[in-house]
Amino acid sequence: MIVRPYGDTTGDGMVQLSFTLPIPHDKRAEGAALQLAGKMGMDPAMLVHAKPMGDGFTFFVVYGKVGHLVDTERVQVVERDYPLLSAKEVNAVIKRRLRRRLNVVGACIGTDAHTVGIDAILNLKGIAGEKGLEYYSELSVTNLGAQVSVPDLVETAREKKADAVLVSQVVTQRDAHLHNTRAMSAAFREALPAGRRPLLIVGGPRFDELMTGELGVDRIFGRGTTPREVASYLVHALIESKSKS
Amino acid sequence: MAGKLDLDPRIVARARALAAKAGQPVVDLARSHTTVSVERAVLRLAGVHGADADGIPWVNRLVDAVRADVGLGHGVAVPVLHAALTTGVEDLTVLAQKAAAGAVRFAVPEKKSEIAAARRRARKAAAGGLKIIDRRRAERDRLIRRYGDPAQRPWIYLIVATGDIHEDIPQAQAAARAGADVIAVIRSTGQSLLDYVPEGATREGFAGTYATQENFRLMRAALDETSRELGRYIRLTNYASGLCMPEIAALAGLERLDMMLNDSMYGILFRDINPIRTFVDQRFSRQVHARAGIIINTGEDNYLTTADAVEAAHTVTVSQLLNEFFAHEAGLADWQLGLGHAFEINPDLPESFRLELAHALLARELFPDAPLKWMPPTRHMTGDVFRGNLLDGFFNLAGALTGQGILLVGMMTEAVVTPWLSDRDIALQNVRYVLNGAGNLHEDFVPGAFIRGRAGQVLGEAVELLERIVDDTLMEAIADGTFGLMKRPADRGKGLDGVARQEDDYYNPVGELL
Repeated sequence: MIVRPYGDTTGDGMVQLSFTLPIPHDKRAEGAALQLAGKMGMDPAMLVHAKPMGDGFTFFVVYGKVGHLVDTERVQVVERDYPLLSAKEVNAVIKRRLRRRLNVVGACIGTDAHTVGIDAILNLKGIAGEKGLEYYSELSVTNLGAQVSVPDLVETAREKKADAVLVSQVVTQRDAHLHNTRAMSAAFREALPAGRRPLLIVGGPRFDELMTGELGVDRIFGRGTTPREVASYLVHALIESKSKS
Repeated sequence: MAGKLDLDPRIVARARALAAKAGQPVVDLARSHTTVSVERAVLRLAGVHGADADGIPWVNRLVDAVRADVGLGHGVAVPVLHAALTTGVEDLTVLAQKAAAGAVRFAVPEKKSEIAAARRRARKAAAGGLKIIDRRRAERDRLIRRYGDPAQRPWIYLIVATGDIHEDIPQAQAAARAGADVIAVIRSTGQSLLDYVPEGATREGFAGTYATQENFRLMRAALDETSRELGRYIRLTNYASGLCMPEIAALAGLERLDMMLNDSMYGILFRDINPIRTFVDQRFSRQVHARAGIIINTGEDNYLTTADAVEAAHTVTVSQLLNEFFAHEAGLADWQLGLGHAFEINPDLPESFRLELAHALLARELFPDAPLKWMPPTRHMTGDVFRGNLLDGFFNLAGALTGQGILLVGMMTEAVVTPWLSDRDIALQNVRYVLNGAGNLHEDFVPGAFIRGRAGQVLGEAVELLERIVDDTLMEAIADGTFGLMKRPADRGKGLDGVARQEDDYYNPVGELL
């Protein structure tokens, strides 16, 4: 289907835009705002609001018509291969299907002392208004923190009967994150037989999400991953997909 | 504005008595333990400053050295000053450097006269730090007299958080010119779990700027300049929380910060810091804040970001009562208690705004002399910035209508981006409109049966919960998830290895002087 934005009449192409320019408010600033709107494809563009802010900044609101057409058939999206669940739904699935709490062990391994990533996913506080896995009543979370050795991680995972192990690698030099991850997955393969090995998940801004096979892990999460995505994945991989097969 | 809710004074008195009963065992625990951070704070006040080549502060090196030789239970003051007397190294920072090189051994002196001499020296050194804090407090009083307090209540509280102190400064000054009365510099993610305070001016942080003594000094100096320019004293806020809470409280006093985030349970619940570590650090930091004339801000708003704001409303009241008890016990006066609460009820719930008014007014009337800290909606802010701006308007109105003391300005882009320049401008415009148009509406506002009934119900539930806490003990309540749904047992959490029981000869010159 071919569409264009809708203001109050089909096909009118009307959009609204607001932005700040780092210049004081005057006639020239308003002209500059209209020039930007024009370059963004708004024609005609109407400057409806301009307000000075502090020294040397102006805030603008512009309404205008764009000529662009959008073809919904040609939209490309990367589909998640599991459904995104709410915390309530995650808890309900675990309660109903697993009938015990799902055990998660997390850590930063190697020399990396940056727990920002693992804390964002695990700590109650979470990230960007979304609570971490500790918030989920049916998840039992052990966060080992930073600079955890691989043997300690394997030992704790065994002791806690971990269903899943989450490893974060934020700051890395000379591909240390890749070496560390390979060492970690190898240690788990050595220590535990296939059926009893926890789900291995790594995350961090420098990973390529397609490298799971090469690194010997089950899933890789990149920049911007939220706790809810991780929780949904855990339920999908450990409960939903297992019972289907 | 007391008395609009017709709260039963007997129930209010009972709630306070129960809070005291629940809190007392924790105070006893705090008085019988010390922590590495308390001892480091003592050394900071005694004049130890700076860091080694790896950025590890000398106070950390010195406490570690003393601990390795004689443990922590005697307090570090006597072993350190005894070593200073026997080695003749008067400058304690130099002593720390020598100790780090292995050139000094520490011992608890055996002779009474030696102990007395070491204590005398320790008291003198600590008094030097407290004297600076006293001078800073007098300086604040003088500046407030000269430039004046904000013309209106609530005070308008704005956050800056660039990660770079030299970027924070112009943003803070611009925010003050645009109407902010209080500037808070958010800390870098993860600082709460660092067991040392970084040194110097810092230019890189994750979603915030490191709290360091030099950053405190730079920002305070810049805001003094802006206060002079605006004819209004601009207050500065930071965070005395996390593993270094006592040290940061001391640094805040030394650099004349005006408000500090300082909650009795936040670190336990939301950062998984060990409960004993937190309560010991808490008590010391509050004593320092009391001396420094700093207003503390407690963190009850956080419970409502994890638990439901209607169901858990009474847990906020309980925590406020506990925070009040702990604060009074540590010497803080009512005017220093910025007890927290928040506008977090689901806006789709029928009568949500009336419920918000009931909760806000309950806090106001329970703590009539405390400058309550009113926190904006976060949980129900979506990417819909237009609705967010409306919600913030109602939040501002509730603040004006219920006489809140400190209003943290809500951003319509909450949960979207860290605030843009224009977001802050729009948010302040929202606050100004409400305070100009309806700032005195509380004079005409008389709550009816719905609001009075709801406030009474929350207070009743708070009393019930306090009764349970008294029976189970507060430590058990924290362990089984009463607050913010977090379960935190006393033998778990970060920083437990930095706690020690006080020996019979424990000596802390700062504790003695406060």
